[in-house]
Amino acid sequence: MALRGFDLSVGENEFVALVGTSGCGKSTLLSIAAGLETYDEGSIAVDGEPVTRPGLDRGVVFQSYTLLPWLTTIGNVEFALRAAGTRRRDTEDIARDHLALVGLDAFAEAYPAELSGGMKQRVAIARALSYRPKILLMDEPFGALDALTRHHMQELLTAVWEKHRLTVLFVTHDVEEAVYLSDRVAVMTNSPGRVKSLIEIGLSRPRRYELVSTPEFQALQARVLHEIRSESIAIAALGTALS
Amino acid sequence: MAALVFVTLALAWYAATATGLIRPLFLPSPGQVLNRLSDLWQSGQLRADVSVSVYRITLGFVISTIFALPIGVLIGCYRVWEAAIEPLVDFVRYMPVVAFVPLTILWTGTGDAQKFLIIFIGTFFQQVLLVMDNVRSVPRDFINLGRTLEMPDRRILRRIVIPSAMPAIWDSMRISLGWAWTWLVVAELVAATSGLGYRITTAQRFFQTDLIFGYLLLLGILGLATDQGMKFLGRRFFRYLEVHR
Repeated sequence: MALRGFDLSVGENEFVALVGTSGCGKSTLLSIAAGLETYDEGSIAVDGEPVTRPGLDRGVVFQSYTLLPWLTTIGNVEFALRAAGTRRRDTEDIARDHLALVGLDAFAEAYPAELSGGMKQRVAIARALSYRPKILLMDEPFGALDALTRHHMQELLTAVWEKHRLTVLFVTHDVEEAVYLSDRVAVMTNSPGRVKSLIEIGLSRPRRYELVSTPEFQALQARVLHEIRSESIAIAALGTALS
Repeated sequence: MAALVFVTLALAWYAATATGLIRPLFLPSPGQVLNRLSDLWQSGQLRADVSVSVYRITLGFVISTIFALPIGVLIGCYRVWEAAIEPLVDFVRYMPVVAFVPLTILWTGTGDAQKFLIIFIGTFFQQVLLVMDNVRSVPRDFINLGRTLEMPDRRILRRIVIPSAMPAIWDSMRISLGWAWTWLVVAELVAATSGLGYRITTAQRFFQTDLIFGYLLLLGILGLATDQGMKFLGRRFFRYLEVHR
């Protein structure tokens, strides 16, 4: 069993990060929220509507690159828009606007093979936002990127989110990333996964990357890290006790 | 580099025959082989043999592919179909195609239909398994993307799975076309009145080793040409996979 006694509410237009060591079930939780995975017990709802299957009210940005390689950048965004039932004559404009939002309007006609990993994820974000879901679910979207690109993407995501607020559930194991991006950070325990503590990130917005070197940021980061560490230490101690 | 290997082999061949090290009956000289081929070309025999063989392989291969594609996609996508069909395909796949030759002659005679049938038996089952595997290799998250967009299964299949598997399927077709050449020649060697394989059998009867060599080289060249042709077309079709920057 991956998750047990998991309880979390995400407010409207709130950015919540879910952090925890690998294998704690945070990605499973996101899949369940997306409606891609089934669950045995419990309930999950969006605006009171129980989640039983995937839906256009929840946009997903996957960890793996999911741009369809035979479509151009703009083609990929339009693909989602058409699936969402947008009127054909509107798709191109909307797609262009969203590419501009992530700073890739100049690459509209490029194929995914020509884009870097960071660019692919930016298009994936643009695509997920384009059809206006209520919630954006992000599963370690920057996990495969190098540190520099990752910082860049975090800044970009913050900027986009501060402009176009929507509810975001963001899964990551990068504590700095979680603190930088979110309003609240949920620390998960290991198997079975549940929320151990919720940490309010009161940092002011708009946030710039210089923020990470401020004492308040560092203190918050240390707190989250401590919560995770005490968890993994507890497990290690349990491991020794059992052996 | 590849050209160098070919040239070295050709030179070694020439040296082995020019020095009289090996009797021409076993290994004819390159000159002899070329002469024989040019004689056959002038008499029109060569062209007739090639065209009938190319006709057979084209039709046999196309028929096999037309059946293999939908079935491969079906069992690659749906567990039920996989459970129903895959064991059968695996079972038949292990039956040696050569052993079907007598049966196919009994069923369809020694005409073109028998050649199509042998090519079909030899390639269809392999193609089904290859296509099944290609479809299965479509990234899980591509399908999940379709699901999050509330696309119905059929649309996911048509709009995501098939286009995504297409480059790999094309490659599978290229590989199975190579096998089809073998089955064609097998069929023609055993029972035929025309074609490249048939000409090789008659040459054997008259100890025309130079003709056998010539036709073997020709088969190699035809195989290589179709393979390169398929590769070229594949690069054209799937240009989006290339990185330009």
